[in-house]
This record gives sequence, C-alpha cells and structure tokens, in this order.
Amino acid sequence: MTSPTTAQAGTPAYDIDAIRADFPILGRTMHDKPLTFLDSAASAQKPRQVIDAISSTYETEYANVHRGLYQISEAVTARYEGTRETIRQYINAAHNHEIIFTRNATESINLVAYTFGRKFLEAGDEVVITELEHHSNIVPWQMLRDEKGIVLKVAPVSDDGELIMSAFEDLLGPKTKLVAVAHMSNVMGTILPVEDIIRRAHAVGAKVLLDGCQSVTHIPVDMQALGCDFYVFSGHKLYGPSGIGVLYGREELLDAMPPFMGGGDMISSVTFEKSTWAKLPHKFEAGTPAIVQAIGLGAAIDYVNAIGLDAIGVHEADLLNYATQKLSSVDGLRIIGTAPKKASVISFTLDFAHPHDVATIIDRAGVAVRAGHHCAQPLMERMDVPATVRASIGLYNNRSDIDALVAALGEVQELFG
Amino acid sequence: MSDDLRELYQEVILEHGKNPRNFHADDDATNEARGNNPLCGDQLVIYLKLDGDRRVADVSFLGKGCAICMASASMMTELLKGRSQAEAEALFEAFHDMCTGEENGHELPDDVEKLRVLSGVREFPTRVKCATLPWHTMVAALKGDDEISTE
Ligand SMILES: Cc1ncc(COP(=O)(O)O)c(C=O)c1O
Repeated sequence: MTSPTTAQAGTPAYDIDAIRADFPILGRTMHDKPLTFLDSAASAQKPRQVIDAISSTYETEYANVHRGLYQISEAVTARYEGTRETIRQYINAAHNHEIIFTRNATESINLVAYTFGRKFLEAGDEVVITELEHHSNIVPWQMLRDEKGIVLKVAPVSDDGELIMSAFEDLLGPKTKLVAVAHMSNVMGTILPVEDIIRRAHAVGAKVLLDGCQSVTHIPVDMQALGCDFYVFSGHKLYGPSGIGVLYGREELLDAMPPFMGGGDMISSVTFEKSTWAKLPHKFEAGTPAIVQAIGLGAAIDYVNAIGLDAIGVHEADLLNYATQKLSSVDGLRIIGTAPKKASVISFTLDFAHPHDVATIIDRAGVAVRAGHHCAQPLMERMDVPATVRASIGLYNNRSDIDALVAALGEVQELFG
Repeated sequence: MSDDLRELYQEVILEHGKNPRNFHADDDATNEARGNNPLCGDQLVIYLKLDGDRRVADVSFLGKGCAICMASASMMTELLKGRSQAEAEALFEAFHDMCTGEENGHELPDDVEKLRVLSGVREFPTRVKCATLPWHTMVAALKGDDEISTE
C-alpha cells in the first residue's frame, strides 16, 4: 500500500490504482467483464492485508483465547484483545472494555433491546426511531413492544430523505427512554444530524443508540465528543470479515445491564446454586468468540487508518458528486434521497424499467449493484417506490466504475426504452 | 448484450410487462390471494371468479413487480379462463418445472405453448421466483389461502 497523501483541491486523495491492487477480487471478471463492484454498502471487499491477517493467524498462531496457559494462546489472546484497543481508538471510546464483540450490528441492537430494554423499559415508555431505519433497528424494538408494552414512535423524513428535526423533537418527551437512529441511511446515504439528536434526546433524559453500520466506513466518529450511549456496527462493511460486529456502550450503562447470553467466558464463578458475572466486556461475550474475525477486523481498521478516513471521505465525496452528475443525465432516472448532507450511496429508479430488471441486465455487464427494498421496507413506502437500484461506493471505487454503471444503464434503455 | 438477456427479455415479455392484460381488481371475485416476494418486495393480488364446478370464470390481477413478474401474471390470466381447478393446478406444476428446469414429468400442454417465452429465467436463478410468484399466488387463491410468501 502506498503511504497516504494529504488531499488538496484538484489532487487525488490517494493513489487509487495502488489501493485497488490491494483488493484481489477487483482483478476478477463477472460474466467475462471486468468486475464493477458498487455494492459495498451491503458488504465491502477485503484487502490483501485483512486476508493475510486471517490466514496467517490460522497458519501460525491459532488457539482459543482467554483459556490456554501456553504461548500460542497467549499470543492470539493478545491480538484479539488488541483489536478492542484498535476499535476503541477508531471511535474514540473512553475504555476498551466498552467495546463488546458481537456477530454483527443486528446482534448488537438485539443485545441492547434484550438487556437494556428488558431491564430499564416499562410499559408506556417510548422508543423513538426514524422512517429511514434498516429492519434491524425496527424489528427488535417491535419485539420489545410486543413483550413489554413499550410505545414505538417513528420520526418522519422529508421528500429529500432528511430527518425532519422539528417533527423528531415533537416526539420527544418525559416518556422517551431511548432514541435509536441510523447515523447514515443505507438506502439514501443521508447523514443524520446526530450531535443535535443526541443533545435533544439527552435533554429529556433519553439514551441514544446510533446505528453506525454505514457511517463507520465513511465518517470519523468520536464517542466521547458525541456523548453517545450505544453505537453499533458490523465488521464486514468496514473491509473486515463477516461474523464479527461491535457494540459500544458507555461503561455505566453496560455495568447496569444484565448479561445477554449465559455460558463460558461470561462468568466469574459458577456453582449450581448461583453464578456471578465476569467484568466488562466479557459479561456480554459468552462462549468462544469469533477470534480470527476479530483479528481480521483489527487489520481492516489498521488499513483504513493508514489511508485515513479524511482522505477516504474526500475521495468518496468526489466520486459521489461525479456519480450524481452522470446519473442525473440518464433519461428517466430519478435519484431517491437528495439530502445536502449525504455520503457514498445513491439509490435511483428508472421510469422505464423495474430495479430487478435493471440489476439483472447490468450484472451481465459486470456491474454489481443491489436492487430491492434494502431491508428498509417502511422507507420504500415513505418514498413511494416499490424498490430502488442502489449503487454504493467504497474506498476502492473509481470513476471508471461509475462510467461502467452508466454505460450498462444504456443497455437497459436499449431493451426497455 | 448477451444472448441469454435477449432470450429473457423477449419482445412478448416486454410488451406484456408494459401493457399487462386483465390488470384490475375484481369486487366479485370468489377467491383472492396476495403474493409477496419478501426478498425483492414484489407484491401482487390475484382475483379469481370460480363457477359452481370450480372452473375459472374470470381472473385478473393487480400489483407491482418487475417485467418478468408482470408478464408472467398477465400471460397467466390470459390462459386460465375456462380451466378447472385441477387443470389450473396441473398448469402451475408444468410452468414451475419449466422455469426451474426440473424434470418431474409435467409437460406444458400444447395450447399454452406461448408460456415458453418465459423459460429464459432458467438461466437466471435469482429471477425464477419473479416468474413463479403469480402462479404460486393463483394456486393459493384456488386453495382458499389469502396470502403467500416466496423466499
Ligand atoms: C444501516 C444498517 N443497519 C443495520 C444493518 C445490519 O447489518 P448486519 O446485517 O451486518 O447485522 C445494515 C446492513 O445492511 C445497515 O446498512
């Protein structure tokens, strides 16, 4: 990898060709066409550095963690725990025991609903979400509602796909116990004003959970500056492996919450009469964790840090602008989600072809996008579209990728137009 | 453009997709069912009017879906009128096997040969459900179920 260069107006944020060479999969073809991968919002590709970290761990340093009293186990435990520190720094949490490993963001949100929600929320208490949430930040709260009789309130978004702040504020009140919102929309790319959201939520005594699945790859976050209570993300969207996710929680809250699952690793002592819980973070990490996946995530964050999130932001913003311009010139194309503050995701519809037909046709041109409701059916209804085509940008995309997409849309036009 | 794409999106399919036949609700339907493809959000409703012998006197549909789904539904409604429940179900089996490429001995009868234009989906495994959703929904309606979901 080249050393990151500081971005200046007119100069590239980094050497994109060198970066692309780090991602072996970008060298392959799809249907005999060069692969144009524009689906990083669903899951990102992995650089050689991550793949190597995973395979070298298996080849040279694999054992269970926290258990073995021998060198390899101690070494792998140190690398596994080292990832916690890498993550702490990445999101600037106060303590590394505030970083809980889970399988993915979905599990992280369920963990909060199941432990914080069950212990601290009572019938009649309110949880506020928004219209643009992913299903994984809707369904756990509905399950809690059905179990405990809490009330779920949904803050609306505008036609541009922005959160309507005044309406959001109107939903807050003395009964609001939790505000759970996406930091960035996985469908429209909208970046939510989370500083404002947190301030207003805290003013009524509510806690805040941010779904950082999309933002964590594009926007630097600072848990301490934000004063956020919970922040969740998945490793696989951050150029790391699948099977590893993160829950950040403020120490005081995590301490007060009961465990999620019971078993090995999460206890301090066990007798048949009673067990006592391990300290943070292990209280929430029952059983053998995703050891190598965590190490892979650490390598992924090291990789992102070496380029720099700021440089990535500059590169992606340039590409987003380019893509927005190019796509806007396609006849019959409508972009869904036009908020002034957005990043790296463009959803659109074509008035002459359904998103599925579009995805199938451009797949044959080597272009990978997602088509459908993107696990955000309520948002589809709100924006009054059955589905969209979504092109999403990762740190390795370039203008040729956008050109390939636009050219492939020409084939759709040829068939359907 | 690849041959299998041209095979999938034949003129007939595009035309049915744009101008679906029997595309309306039916307040007098005796049987109706809603079909959902949760993977992609395609949704449609099939309306059947069965006579005393459980023969299809009328059939129509409404919904939102891709060209394949809309064309499949449209062509299905053109072919079902006058058929008995057993005939409609047998047709479903034959159509299903054609789309998936399975050989279960269900052959499409000669008078519905034109359904063969949809056989191109065989080369697109993720799109088979788009073609079969209307048929699954029709069978559900015949059986008296009011909702089905394919995944
Ligand atoms: C905004 C958002 N939240 C939650 C999720 C769920 O992530 P995972 O499936 O990794 O748990 C996703 C991923 O699609 C997402 O984009």
